[in-house]
Amino acid sequence: MQAKGSRGAPSLGALPFLFIVAVLLGLLPCLQPNPMLVSEAPHYPAVISGSEAGDVTAAPLDVSQAIRPLTNHTSPGHAKSRKAFPVLGIDYTHVRIPFEISLWILLACLMKLGFHVIPSVSNIVPESCLLIVVGLLVGGLIKGVGESPPILKSDIFFLFLLPPIILDAGYFLPLRQFTENLGTILIFAVVGTLWNAFFLGGLMYAVCQISGTGLDHIGLLANLLFGSIISAVDPVAVLAVFEEIHINELLHILVFGESLLNDAVTVVLYHLFEEFANFEQVTVTDIILGFLSFFVVSLGGVFVGVIYGVIAAFTSRFTSHIRVIEPLFVFLYSYMAYLSAELFHLSGIMALIASGVVMRPYVEANISHKSHTTIKYFLKMWSSVSETLIFIFLGVSTVAGRHYWNWTFIISTLIFCLIARVLGVLGLTWFINRFRIVKLTPKDQFIIAYGGLRGAIAFSLGYLLDYEHFGMRDMFLTAIITVIFFTVFVQGMTIRPLVDLLAVKKKQETKRSINEEIHTQFLDHLLTGIEDICGHYGHHHWKDKLNRFNKKYVKKCLIAGERSKEPQLIAFYHKMEMKQAIELVESGGLGKIPSAISTVSMQCVHLAVSQLPPLSSLSKDKEEEIRKILRNNLQKTRQRLRSYNRHTLVADPYEEAWNQMLLRRQKALQLEHKMNNYLTVPAHKLDSPTMSRARIGSDPQAYEPKSDSGNLPIITIDPASPQTPESVEDLKGMSRLPPSPEEDEEGLVMRVKESSSPGTDDVFTPGAGDSPSNQRMMRCLSDPGPQPEPEEGEPFIPKGQ
Amino acid sequence: MGSITLEQIEHLHRRFKQISGDQPTIRNLRQAPDGLADEINFEDFLTIMSYFRPIEMNMDEEQLDHFRKEKLKFLFHMYDSDNDGKITLQEYRKVVEELLSRNPHLEKESARSIADGAMMEAASICVGQMEPDQVYEGITFEDFLKVWQGIDIDTKMHVRFLNMEPIAHCH
Repeated sequence: MQAKGSRGAPSLGALPFLFIVAVLLGLLPCLQPNPMLVSEAPHYPAVISGSEAGDVTAAPLDVSQAIRPLTNHTSPGHAKSRKAFPVLGIDYTHVRIPFEISLWILLACLMKLGFHVIPSVSNIVPESCLLIVVGLLVGGLIKGVGESPPILKSDIFFLFLLPPIILDAGYFLPLRQFTENLGTILIFAVVGTLWNAFFLGGLMYAVCQISGTGLDHIGLLANLLFGSIISAVDPVAVLAVFEEIHINELLHILVFGESLLNDAVTVVLYHLFEEFANFEQVTVTDIILGFLSFFVVSLGGVFVGVIYGVIAAFTSRFTSHIRVIEPLFVFLYSYMAYLSAELFHLSGIMALIASGVVMRPYVEANISHKSHTTIKYFLKMWSSVSETLIFIFLGVSTVAGRHYWNWTFIISTLIFCLIARVLGVLGLTWFINRFRIVKLTPKDQFIIAYGGLRGAIAFSLGYLLDYEHFGMRDMFLTAIITVIFFTVFVQGMTIRPLVDLLAVKKKQETKRSINEEIHTQFLDHLLTGIEDICGHYGHHHWKDKLNRFNKKYVKKCLIAGERSKEPQLIAFYHKMEMKQAIELVESGGLGKIPSAISTVSMQCVHLAVSQLPPLSSLSKDKEEEIRKILRNNLQKTRQRLRSYNRHTLVADPYEEAWNQMLLRRQKALQLEHKMNNYLTVPAHKLDSPTMSRARIGSDPQAYEPKSDSGNLPIITIDPASPQTPESVEDLKGMSRLPPSPEEDEEGLVMRVKESSSPGTDDVFTPGAGDSPSNQRMMRCLSDPGPQPEPEEGEPFIPKGQ
Repeated sequence: MGSITLEQIEHLHRRFKQISGDQPTIRNLRQAPDGLADEINFEDFLTIMSYFRPIEMNMDEEQLDHFRKEKLKFLFHMYDSDNDGKITLQEYRKVVEELLSRNPHLEKESARSIADGAMMEAASICVGQMEPDQVYEGITFEDFLKVWQGIDIDTKMHVRFLNMEPIAHCH
């Protein structure tokens, strides 16, 4: 999530800057006008509007009215006495709330910036710790000035700060590992949390009963409630710490999945004990009801999430004309899912995760590439800012809150928390390992136990307690904060060296390759078959069934157009090609071939059967000419200005390009003849199906293959995109050489589909290679400008020259 | 090749009997060109099934490596239909086609281009930069191993033998 900053020079200079910002923020409340003055303001609007016959907007008057309190301390009756027209004035109350919010967010962002400008510190201390420290400082500053610092209010936390983080996690959840380990995760989340809560609650009750501590007044239920609050592993803290240590995927998903799924348990236990604390006695019925409510809460949350996810997927099917607001649908539906679940006291986190997981495959098939990028970056941005704010506020709240320090209670809480966690993990792992294929080693167990961090959720839940029923709320809060600090600081700081010390497997940074994808899918099929033979309804069997159901019914409803029939392998291939194409552009385009696939000469992967003559080599000057032509065309692309239209970000290029089509066709014809003797791979519009979808959607006539080159042999590169049937027919008719009869025997024949429709972003241009003697298939991209260049889509002669 | 417990063998035998209808061999397998037997007996059945054993905790490095190699060799043979020790482009294409064969709307070219792309990638992994005259014959077993390095086959290629019940086998 974060890259390590490597700039050393500005590092020390940034420090004072950051401090100034922090100080400013701390002094902000001083800007509040004197309460006495504020109360005078409301009188003026009534007076003024009466005299102005009401045709003046109130806003500009407010400024002048606000001035008056500052300059005129006499009674309101003197409103009409004439003062000089105020040229400049201050009205802080008007903008106070948004202003302060923005300043806090700005502080969070600047802190984040600062930590990466100063790399030395961030290597040792995880970011979350630093942020808490900053929060402490700012809180202390505010307190020092005499104002009361703001406390992290629970509803702000639960309604605004938590959802982005969870949505980010849920939307990008690595589904494969998650489902493979679902059993383990569920056991840890449910049973582990229950164990923690009861063990801790019970022990604390025992401690309270010890005479001499002054804690007798805390009943069993209160202790159980406290136990349930503090026992939940916190997703925010886990994310913040684990993100930086790059641990292997299995452990990451185990701890992280547990932190997400234990929300249901926490919610149920919390409400349960809170309610029970009001009862005089607890009957068995109540316990049974509580047990039932667990299922209702968790399954209900998932159900709500799934419904919203399906609706979102369905909506995204129709957004091909208004690409701009696509990301908004994703965010809004997910947020609504969260709010709806919270409405019914169901588990909002599970709803959010479920909706993200359900909507993702379908939405991604429907939306444009740009929307996908937007969603990704917005989610990352929001979750990042949220996380920063949460930690800062934790620090501030520590300073601001009322504390009641009781050594016995707090120290024993801390100790028992750790013990409970370790025992829980050990016991559960022993049980789980009997069912797992890949057992959890003691090293894994240690990391899981050590990674059980508590965070802001515990704090907010504690904050929600009210005073009448829980007089010891302050003590609880102090204890919670202590545990949070301990886990975040001590465990957070030491986990990285420990991971290195224990040589825990780290995450592999390999990119997913097409080979891996093929092999993995092949294995899936194979294993499903084998399981079927064994008669064993295992993991793969159900997965296969789900996939079939998905393909047969669900995809048809939720994915627009032809994408619904696209198998996963092809979708993956497209995504990969797209990625490589983009990489190619970013790395400089012409002349460079960084990607793995295009470095290998097509000709080298050769069939024993095929008798294809090798492709003839380019001579130097031909190569130069090709380069020149391409360069010229590319430059034209770059020079063209984009017309900016707020509502039709994507549609525009299509229209512009369409107008130029005719002109270009003529040029294309000329170029064709010129390029007649050249051997290069022609430019080719790589369409991801979404784009072709968008194009066809927005401009039905745009999709026309070039049919001019009747007698020119054509090299075609198959993009493996499901073309519309008609266009494919056309192309087939077009390609005379290398003729179809040879198709089946040959080595790699590259056929370019001439889709010269405007508006595609990615263009395959032939580059001429590093040296003339090298026959390399190059796929270079022109600048993904508004229009592609059909001249570059020229067919060239491959062979038979 | 490690061990299968007696219990597992019993399970499998029961299953075998179910599939084969109490005959000593399973017949009427899909007729494939040379190389594929059209009937298998219990021994073969057992051999194939043994490839899908889960790994055990108490194996040491060497055993694990051997285990992994065995599994990969099995997979390799599945790809390499003519058993010449190499996965040629044609064979690879066939694999991808079959993978995508469920989808009737798909054209052959799509499958082929994917296979081509994958082959080139494998070539680049295994051989690196190649001269224009060099011809890449096919993926050998060593190359195959290299490609599979990223994927954790030990954890993926297994079926739980422990709790298999004889379930009615329906076609």
